[in-house]
Amino acid sequence: MSKSEKEPLFSAKNIKLLSTPLNDENPITVQVLGICSALAVTVMLEPAVVLAVAVVAVMGSANVIISLLRKTIPPRIRIIVQLVVIASLVILVDQVLKAFFYDVSRQLSVFVGLIITNCIIMGRLEAFALGNKTWPSFLDGVGNAAGYGWILIVVAFFRELLGSGTLWGYPVIETLGFYNLGYENNGFMILPPMALITVGVIIWVQRARNRKLIESN
Amino acid sequence: MKQSSDTYIFLYASVMVVVVAALLSVVATVLRPYQELNIEIARKLDILRSVEKAELVARVPDRNAYVEEEYERYIVESYVINYRGERQDDVDAFTVNVRDELRKPLEQRNLPIFVSRDDEGSERYIFPVHGRGLWGPVYGYVALEEDYNTIFGVIFDHDSETPGLGAEINTRSFQNQFKGKKIFDETGEFVSVSVIKPGSAALNEHRVDGISGGTITSQGVEEMLQEVLGSYENYFRNQKNHDHE
Repeated sequence: MSKSEKEPLFSAKNIKLLSTPLNDENPITVQVLGICSALAVTVMLEPAVVLAVAVVAVMGSANVIISLLRKTIPPRIRIIVQLVVIASLVILVDQVLKAFFYDVSRQLSVFVGLIITNCIIMGRLEAFALGNKTWPSFLDGVGNAAGYGWILIVVAFFRELLGSGTLWGYPVIETLGFYNLGYENNGFMILPPMALITVGVIIWVQRARNRKLIESN
Repeated sequence: MKQSSDTYIFLYASVMVVVVAALLSVVATVLRPYQELNIEIARKLDILRSVEKAELVARVPDRNAYVEEEYERYIVESYVINYRGERQDDVDAFTVNVRDELRKPLEQRNLPIFVSRDDEGSERYIFPVHGRGLWGPVYGYVALEEDYNTIFGVIFDHDSETPGLGAEINTRSFQNQFKGKKIFDETGEFVSVSVIKPGSAALNEHRVDGISGGTITSQGVEEMLQEVLGSYENYFRNQKNHDHE
């Protein structure tokens, strides 16, 4: 791990840090972490995208900070230190949203604050950033957050389209004229259980296509 | 110093807390003016939307300037009254927090009124309202016509009502139902507007359809209107009597 020769910034190993969480080790569909927010903020596309971006920002920087501090953090209070770092970053994000993206921050309401409780972030700090250099830690953080984010966005896409008939607030179904053919929005898609089922369908599709995830028995 | 020693841990934690606290307070202080401006603009926009102004807000490039301009143009006056309908000249209507006022007994409440005048010269009176939904507060503005009886328009919003159910109170289709409803009945009794189960509103001028699945939020809206507009009842009566004389 601590070899001193120069490693290129985007070596195969580093790229892998970024890409495995998108698929093979996706935090939501494979590790089944962070499900709570996947249920809560995926009714509409816009808040889901904003939350995904916020999580990328928080997770990337939290991993960097913890990785920089890793040699100084007293082992006995490391969890508290991690929590303080995450909480401060989340408050920063919340304040910035309130100042510059007021409407979105009103829509997300408490869910920005709830990033603090997102188990993926602390999991990566504990499992990766505490034992690795800054750059790989950054990639690992961004990769995992993106793996979380894209699932969120896909779920939100289907829930908004089928539940409200809009995408990013734009009335797609109405424009296409499906209502005249007798189509109706599925109100059930708006409720939390359908987020769980949508995530389930994604897991199903992913397992069917990705050989590495097929359990042998 | 060893990393596992108590002194080190204590120092580490103290330094960390001080650094983080300093950082966050600096950020909060720097961003506060922006945040307060956002809140002010959002309130002005809600006031304007209750009388169907500022309709182009989604399409203008400079949103804040547009809202300020419309507000200057259409909101001609604002003042505060007490429950007897007397003007309180020492209070600024825009700074009154309706939620705090509602916690006070009726006799001590400051009740704000915003007056809008459109291009044809007809005036409307706008009242901020605040109440409780299922998960959190519901709030908004109610605009009355010059007769202090007919509702011209309403705007409602909420913090955390259930999406697709209670959250529907901030949609146009729910709010448009209130247009033309009356808050006094034929005998001059204050009845407010009730929000009840869908399908039974028919043509009754004191009722609108509630939201199916959003019963508690609908009731919250009903209670909010009853409570807040009720505080203004004396004022409405005074104004109506003036008009008749």
